[in-house]
Amino acid sequence: MKLSTGDRVFVAAIYIALAIVGFTAFYPFWNAAVVSFNSGADTLKGGITFWPRAFTLENYRVVFEDARLIDGFVISILRTLVGTACSIAATAVFAYGMTKKELIGRKAYMVACIVTMYFSGGLIPSYLLIRELGLMNSFWVMVVPGLISVWNMIVFRTFFAGLPAGLEESAKIDGCSNWGILVRIVLPLSGPVLATLSLFTAVYHWNDWFAPSIYITNADLLPIQTKLQQILNSNIMHEQLAQMDSSASSHMGRMRSVTTKSLSMATMMVATVPILCVYPFVQKYFVKGVLIGSLKE
Amino acid sequence: MDISGRRKNETAYAKPGPARRFLKQWDIQLMALPAMLFVFVFSYIPMYGVLTAFQDYSLFRGFLGSPWVGFKHFEAFFHAPVFWDVMRNTLVISSLKLLIGFPAPILLALMLNEVRSRIFKRTVQTISYLPHFLSWVIVAGFVSSLLSTDNGSLNLLLQKLNWIEEPINFLSMPEYFWSILVATGVWKEIGFASIVYLAAIAGVDPHLYEAASIDGAGKPRQMFSITLPSIVPVVVVFLILAIGNLLNAGFEDILLLASNPILRDVSDVIDTYVYRIGIENSRYSYATAAGLFKAVISVGLLAGANYWARRSGNSLW
Repeated sequence: MKLSTGDRVFVAAIYIALAIVGFTAFYPFWNAAVVSFNSGADTLKGGITFWPRAFTLENYRVVFEDARLIDGFVISILRTLVGTACSIAATAVFAYGMTKKELIGRKAYMVACIVTMYFSGGLIPSYLLIRELGLMNSFWVMVVPGLISVWNMIVFRTFFAGLPAGLEESAKIDGCSNWGILVRIVLPLSGPVLATLSLFTAVYHWNDWFAPSIYITNADLLPIQTKLQQILNSNIMHEQLAQMDSSASSHMGRMRSVTTKSLSMATMMVATVPILCVYPFVQKYFVKGVLIGSLKE
Repeated sequence: MDISGRRKNETAYAKPGPARRFLKQWDIQLMALPAMLFVFVFSYIPMYGVLTAFQDYSLFRGFLGSPWVGFKHFEAFFHAPVFWDVMRNTLVISSLKLLIGFPAPILLALMLNEVRSRIFKRTVQTISYLPHFLSWVIVAGFVSSLLSTDNGSLNLLLQKLNWIEEPINFLSMPEYFWSILVATGVWKEIGFASIVYLAAIAGVDPHLYEAASIDGAGKPRQMFSITLPSIVPVVVVFLILAIGNLLNAGFEDILLLASNPILRDVSDVIDTYVYRIGIENSRYSYATAAGLFKAVISVGLLAGANYWARRSGNSLW
């Protein structure tokens, strides 16, 4: 079909606008990466935009030699693995139970769950609860409160309910228990929904900096995002640099090329890489996942 | 009693008492009940805990031992010097976000729909989804880096264009804060929020476009007369949700982008105020009262928006 001149201008304008959107979405990321690969001292002179002028891996070497940042990464990885595994397992089991029509109290459970999607106690009552439960300053404060996600439960339940009922019935006739059906039949058939929800949960755990910032004061337990926030918000990095300078005076010359800015950019890149790695593989799943969620709405 | 009851009702033997039935299905109750216990502890106890707003809560006495003081903290909040600033910031910031942040993904979806080149479309989509998956810490780091006076790209650009002589420290100037906040929010969520609209557009009957083009409607006309009206139901549902969220002006983004106290006059919204007063200054009851005030208004807004939507035939519940 031939386009009229007016339509051609219209479509061309759209392509240009979208190219601008794409560029704007990508540039901040690209620029931060470029700064992280550029010598900090050189960046101070300005003019670093699309390409490093004085390429160096120095910033990354300092990040990976800093025990406190490494600790932060380890905590983040542990938290993401443990938090995602526990939350997905607990929520999937819950959701499977909720698919059973004979479950006594099913309606009441469901209503009680949906109410929590609209109402919450808010920040302070939750904070006081965590305090009174004695979860402050513990690794588990990052895992336990989010163990059951009502939203994920509903998505799981919708998916489970869509599986062919015949499979379950024949397993039951063969003497399989409900737990056996869940583990041997339902979960193996739930690959896409498991992948989607695990991705979302893992991203949440990896990115969450706020909960640790109010519940954890012990610096050894802080995940990288919270440490990064503290670095960006204060002069911790200056202090740290001063300390490292004095502890390793032989590296003085090297340290001078690294600045607060170049170092925080390198830390940010390292904190982003895990997301960039999983992102392309699950992209095809999450579009579907978002749609399951919004259809339920 | 039980036996005679059974004799009267023949089907009853399949239906023993509720306690028996409950015990018999212990395996599936074991799936649901522990989870419900969790929901109870971590969602319902804090809901009950909002009563702290009517107490003089002290950490030593705990929730049960603290004295009741009625509406004292609410009155204090309404008469606090910052009350009107906080309310203004909350309403202005969330209105700006609604006005600009809400239509932006719809516009993006409409534009993506006109793209015929699959590679181009996929590239733009993939890039624009990415910021959604980054933490606010990273995003705020990007923003402060781009806007900084030391090699900040925006300052470099403006200087190159000769629009400014000296670099501007954007993040320490109150007059720029709202624009920066809204733009950052759009940047982070525009791609991801467009997914639902794209899905809605994909459901439009292609024959409509054919018929329209035979009738002489150009591309812009088709966009506004076919695509846009077709997705109105989806838009309305999301608009109701957005209006119910009108008092959620933002939290993490404001906390991180307005780390400079100079910005407090324009950046403090109810949620950040609650955080600052409650967690940082440990005035738990007062902060809970401020949070509860917000929650009550939000419920009212949601109910109002839904009433309006029901009259237009697109109710949420």
